[in-house]
Amino acid sequence: MAARLHALRPSPGAAVAGGLAALILGTLGAVAWEARGLSGLTQWDLRAVWFTLWQAAVSATLSVALAIPVARALARRRFPARGALVLLLGAPFILPTIVAIFGLVAMFGRSGWINAGLAALGLPEISIYGAQGVVLANLFFNLPLATRLILQAWQSVPAERFRLAASLGFGPRDIARHLERPLLREVAPGAWLAVFLICLTSFTVALALGGGPRATTVELAIYQAFRFDADPGRAASLGLVQVALSLAALALAGRAAAPAGFGAGLDREAPGPAPPGWRGWADAAVILLAAGFLLGPVGAVIGSGLPRIGSLPETVWAATARSVGMALTSTALTIALALPLALALARGRRLWIEAAGMLPLVASPLVLGTGLFLILSHAVPVSGLAIPVTIAVNAIMALPFALRALIPASRTLEADYGRLAASLGLAGAARLRLLTLPRLRGPLGFGAGLAAALAMGDLGVIALFGDTRTATLPLMLYQLMGSYRLADAAGAAVLLMGLSLGLFWLFDRGGRA
Amino acid sequence: MSLRFDGLEAVWDDFIFSADFDVPAGAPVAVMGPSGSGKTTLLSLVAGFLTPTRGRILWDGRDLGPLPPGARPVSILFQDQNLFPHLTAAQNVGLGLRPDLRLSPAQRHSVEGALAAVGLEGLGARRPAQLSGGQQGRVALARVLLRERPLLLLDEAFAALGPALKDEMLDLVGSIADRSGATVLMVTHDPADARRFAELGIVVADGRAHPPQEIGALFADPPAALRAWLG
Repeated sequence: MAARLHALRPSPGAAVAGGLAALILGTLGAVAWEARGLSGLTQWDLRAVWFTLWQAAVSATLSVALAIPVARALARRRFPARGALVLLLGAPFILPTIVAIFGLVAMFGRSGWINAGLAALGLPEISIYGAQGVVLANLFFNLPLATRLILQAWQSVPAERFRLAASLGFGPRDIARHLERPLLREVAPGAWLAVFLICLTSFTVALALGGGPRATTVELAIYQAFRFDADPGRAASLGLVQVALSLAALALAGRAAAPAGFGAGLDREAPGPAPPGWRGWADAAVILLAAGFLLGPVGAVIGSGLPRIGSLPETVWAATARSVGMALTSTALTIALALPLALALARGRRLWIEAAGMLPLVASPLVLGTGLFLILSHAVPVSGLAIPVTIAVNAIMALPFALRALIPASRTLEADYGRLAASLGLAGAARLRLLTLPRLRGPLGFGAGLAAALAMGDLGVIALFGDTRTATLPLMLYQLMGSYRLADAAGAAVLLMGLSLGLFWLFDRGGRA
Repeated sequence: MSLRFDGLEAVWDDFIFSADFDVPAGAPVAVMGPSGSGKTTLLSLVAGFLTPTRGRILWDGRDLGPLPPGARPVSILFQDQNLFPHLTAAQNVGLGLRPDLRLSPAQRHSVEGALAAVGLEGLGARRPAQLSGGQQGRVALARVLLRERPLLLLDEAFAALGPALKDEMLDLVGSIADRSGATVLMVTHDPADARRFAELGIVVADGRAHPPQEIGALFADPPAALRAWLG
């Protein structure tokens, strides 16, 4: 009956959805037009396709395989700081990729702790660059995600079932067989796919740690074709390949229903007595290793960078100011797009509006950037494009996440108060001010926080167009790392991390106050 | 003046709702019937939350069809969610005067008056969570009082309150309706409520709303549908 509700006026949400679909599909159209088929692709590019799939599959498999013992340990043990650790599992999502890479290099690089330890033991040195570096970095970002997804599933099992198992005298093997394995069969494919999808658009990681014929992703190849070969046609062909990959993966995801990545409420009572003995020690070791892998790079960034902030050069501060301004603009744009979309979706399930909101998942940032460049470069000088295009693309890329936060809350709002508001004639600006904004404060703050942190830390489109006058803080950090100015890089990394997490915290807190 | 259902029909997939009768103004009416029979549908059509497929609803000879819910001569109370939890009691009442809450001093004064009339003097600054269930019901009634709409729809309102409190609320509704001459349509699950409160009864069964009958006669010689409901 909900579909027959009285309020069937043309909504701002439909307008936003239409504009968004036109923008993204138009951009993809420009890419397709410029590409003139796939004949421009070389042997090199095919290798990039292969490597993209390979690194995504390996990263997803390792993430899920390693996440299982971590999630199990977190599910059945209770210890001080467990809550903080679970919360921390969500942090890599808003941690700027380039900052994490700086930390990983500090930890696993040639002069890092790990190699120092290996050398002391007389073992050969490991390298953070190349394919294994890409996988390691993907693991850093996605092991926590996979752990959260699996932990969520674990904790969705009613505690009674574990208690029943205990009262029936199940040992750990029986529990594994009757409870854990069926659970994992259910959640693991979705978690694998979620990680695979994310790694498919791996750009920053490949840019910083990969490269060369053996470790170039399609996204990186787009960047190189665009920036170094000045060959927009080939960049566009590669863009088409990237879109095809994303589409295929999304089609797969539609079947396996990839679970949502975040959400609180992982702080329940332990389901029952955890197995004692060596399993206790194993769980402790797993948790310590995972925490060390997560916190090590962050600790390295803080340790080396905090003392350097004061002596950062003027150019870094200028880039910082630019980045904050761009992130805030991008956030405002994301919310301005997401709110009408979510409200329209809450009023009635209109599939095409939902599809428009999820379109950004098909278009990677570099593909959108390339397309917008192709469309706009006839009219505007390239140097003037860097900042607006980056703001727009970041706003669009954050949209699915903001929507995921807003849609359930908007549905609840409509279900609880839609009829009351209608019967009182509460509409338009008054409804926004008196009902929508106060009731959606929490998810709005959370969504804005995500959008701000993602925009602040993004190193995607800006790498395509940016120069010294338009460099953002992440690009500046990348350039400092590339020119081995490591002291300044460390300072910039801490600054960037602090700003990304700080922006998220501010918005999220603002929504809860 | 009367509420008229003129060949009204509303169709959803395999559910057909129909009503074709007049409800005389001023009488309290109980709407009774098994759950899922269409009682709430009847109220939702009058309130404007649902649109009929055929036919019209007229109040005082005027077709309500083109009017959005807020512009209809209707106040409605639901089982719960009658108040916005983030607004104060006074603001919740004030919404009845101006949905954008830009109230003149005189309007603020009448909000206070309405709160006093339902026994909530001085509690205007509280939020719903700081009020008891009965007090929350009174806030909603204060708003009904201020809106002065000639039709009052109760969709199992107060059903979540205990029996004594519910009776108290229904008495208050009765006195408000008496004062303003409003016509009350009350969906209820409780035959005792219907006897106590209503003069007329509309029986809804299998999507069909039957013309109102005198409540005593209805219970003395219940039609089949009502018999099934009464058990």
